[in-house]
Amino acid sequence: MNTFELLGQGLLTALQWSNLLYALIGVTLGTAVGVLPGIGPALTVALLLPVTYRLDPAGSLIMFAGIYYGGMYGGSTTSILLNTPGESASIVTALEGNKMARQGRGGPALATAAIGSFIAGLVATLGLAFIAPWVVQFALSFGPSEYFALMLLAFMTVSAAFGESTLRGLTALFIGLALGLIGIDQLTGQTRLAMGTPNLFDGISVTTLAVALFAIGETIAVVASRTSMDEKVEAVKGSVWMTKEDWRRSWKSWLRGTAIGFPIGAMPAGGADVSSFLSYSAEKQFSKHPEEFGKGAIEGVAGPEAANNASAAGTLVPLLTLGLPTTATAAIMLAGFQQFGLQPGPLLFVSNATLVWGLIASLLVANFMLLVLNLPLIGLWVRLLTIPRPWLYAGILTFATLGTIGASASTFMVGPLPTSFELGLLLLFGVLGYMLRRFGYPIAPVVVGLILGPMAERSLRQALQISQGDPTVLVHSWISIVLILLAFAAVLVPMILRARGKGQMLAAMAGDED
Amino acid sequence: MRHFIAAALAAGSLLVASQAFAADYKIMAPAAPGGGWDQTARTMQAALQDEKISPSVQVINVPGAGGTIGLAQFVNQSSGDADALIVGGYVMVGAILTNGSPVTLDQVTPIARLTGEFEAIVVPANSDIKDMAGLVAKLKENPGGVSWGGGSAGGTDHITAGLVAKAVGVDPTKVNYIAFSGGGEALAAILGGQVTVGISGYSEFSAQIAAGQLRLLGISSDEKVAGIEGPTFKEGGVDVAIQNWRMVAAAPGISDEQKAAISADVEKMVKSESWKKAVADKGWADTYLAGDEFAAQLKEDTAATESILKDIGLVK
Repeated sequence: MNTFELLGQGLLTALQWSNLLYALIGVTLGTAVGVLPGIGPALTVALLLPVTYRLDPAGSLIMFAGIYYGGMYGGSTTSILLNTPGESASIVTALEGNKMARQGRGGPALATAAIGSFIAGLVATLGLAFIAPWVVQFALSFGPSEYFALMLLAFMTVSAAFGESTLRGLTALFIGLALGLIGIDQLTGQTRLAMGTPNLFDGISVTTLAVALFAIGETIAVVASRTSMDEKVEAVKGSVWMTKEDWRRSWKSWLRGTAIGFPIGAMPAGGADVSSFLSYSAEKQFSKHPEEFGKGAIEGVAGPEAANNASAAGTLVPLLTLGLPTTATAAIMLAGFQQFGLQPGPLLFVSNATLVWGLIASLLVANFMLLVLNLPLIGLWVRLLTIPRPWLYAGILTFATLGTIGASASTFMVGPLPTSFELGLLLLFGVLGYMLRRFGYPIAPVVVGLILGPMAERSLRQALQISQGDPTVLVHSWISIVLILLAFAAVLVPMILRARGKGQMLAAMAGDED
Repeated sequence: MRHFIAAALAAGSLLVASQAFAADYKIMAPAAPGGGWDQTARTMQAALQDEKISPSVQVINVPGAGGTIGLAQFVNQSSGDADALIVGGYVMVGAILTNGSPVTLDQVTPIARLTGEFEAIVVPANSDIKDMAGLVAKLKENPGGVSWGGGSAGGTDHITAGLVAKAVGVDPTKVNYIAFSGGGEALAAILGGQVTVGISGYSEFSAQIAAGQLRLLGISSDEKVAGIEGPTFKEGGVDVAIQNWRMVAAAPGISDEQKAAISADVEKMVKSESWKKAVADKGWADTYLAGDEFAAQLKEDTAATESILKDIGLVK
């Protein structure tokens, strides 16, 4: 049987009424948990595992896939409307998306995110069906030295892309890098900068930091400023839907985002957040309107949103072809497979073809369902912005707090009151977020530093350890060389442009972006 | 909504009270949802409820620091509570030592070892290392030239690599162990030929071994395990046997009667059909060991782990 017949058969499996219902439950749940800061798809799938072991394998895997895609999508809604990313992958969406929402263009921002996610999901799922074996070969050729080169590229492009002043952008980045050092060093098992506090041994959680800096910091900033409470936000200016101009500017970004997201999602140490950072930098480079970046450029929403959805599909490539889980959610889905006595791996496509193709087909179905569910809801979502701000921020504070307590149940007693350590961190970083805003430092590089710093450090040390200290290992493959050259180009090209007197345009396009 | 929940809870507890005097267990999984300890706790939950051993079982996740955060909270907050259980495992033994944890497993009441997993050493199919002897020869020739890819530093994989080196007379501090974060990263590095050998729990590699992408050099069991084709370390000439076990323990400060009651419940669960089926589905080995035998084994493991961690240089 060829791939088309198998996919067709898969679609028949996925289109059964019961499976459609599971997909619907999955995407609805996934969207809901994606919207709540701190509760991610991994946690939801884990909690549902024991419930689903009574269902049939196809149904429950289809539901998990729906949660996964839904979660990737749901995170963007709060990022755009409330500037509070629910997942680390939707942090960059907040940068441009929230600016658009404040200009009354929340509708087009949500629409480009939804359609971009749909197209990326569609293309990437087809990629999963047709070119998975090749993509996985490419992903496996990434060893520690190639990862280090990729991280170098991400650092260079991201720090160049953020902030009005390079110094402020780098300061914020280094705060993130310093926070990333906290905890047990993975390569030696020794603790660093944890000050003897066991709760810090696993490091600072990205979700806690992101929710604190964005949601709590924003809330404090709104409360602290006298005027912003009365500031009228216009929910809709112009059309709720995308204009012709929006379409024209979005479609290339969707495709570029997909092209970046899919292979990076397939890499063991890649992931949705890394691909969304790279996509944002790429969009800024390619855009015909770089001056709008930081002020609500639609490309800055379209690209990263496509990238994070494409990488969600990319994650399934190594999971289904090699039995290799590359994200927390994938690891739990692997547990889901095992619960039904299935061993994902090189033989799964052969031994359980119906199930695998059913899953791939149901991803297409879930993806379509998300679009159908979400497009009509956009008109409703943007009305969130008309809620009086005191209520809105009280709500954000409640959800951020609940999400943090829910994600980490560790408590200790302070007098008679059980206290969550994570909650303390949340408030502490919330104050940091306010200070950064107050003094004009960009927020996003802090989170970027926390995510990429440890990955870069680890890759560099692993590479040098494997080569027993020989630094030439860092340029031993053409992939590393190309990535390192690109990284240098990202720093040098803007400098040359500046030297030629185009500095003003660059400063303008950097804008403020928090 | 709150009233509704309160009412539902009240109704629930009435219902429970009318049943036999079975315990409502609260099982702490000192890890995030999805990991091995969490799955063990949730499998226990399902089995205890399905077999009507306990009417209602709750699982609480307290992740962090190799389980030591959950352990500290358990010791501090559950003392004397005969309904409180905690899941743990061999990784915790190492984590307590490397983290300098203020609480140890001496402070809980061990009930039983439930499952275990053996460590496997693998190489990519195209590697020039054909068997354990080949690996030992390479290791003796140039210890640093053999890079071992496995899970986090100081974990079971790292400890096993150290034990293997020590057993064949190679300085354990010279072992070039590359720690990858959990899940697939180590496997990817092995498949991609980035490291010389891979070392991890057998189930991590089983699919790739079956597909012929990885070659199994040895497995860390005492004797051959049914369903696993390949020599044990001992058959390969390396005198090392180790298993990454998972256990259940009760709170400190409970009476002997309470301990006996919990042990009886756990034994009933382990012998039940639903437990056996779940264990088989998940590919775990049932290595149930209870009572004083388990307590003695735990002491032995702790001492052996401390000495190898000192040899590797992770614990002073």
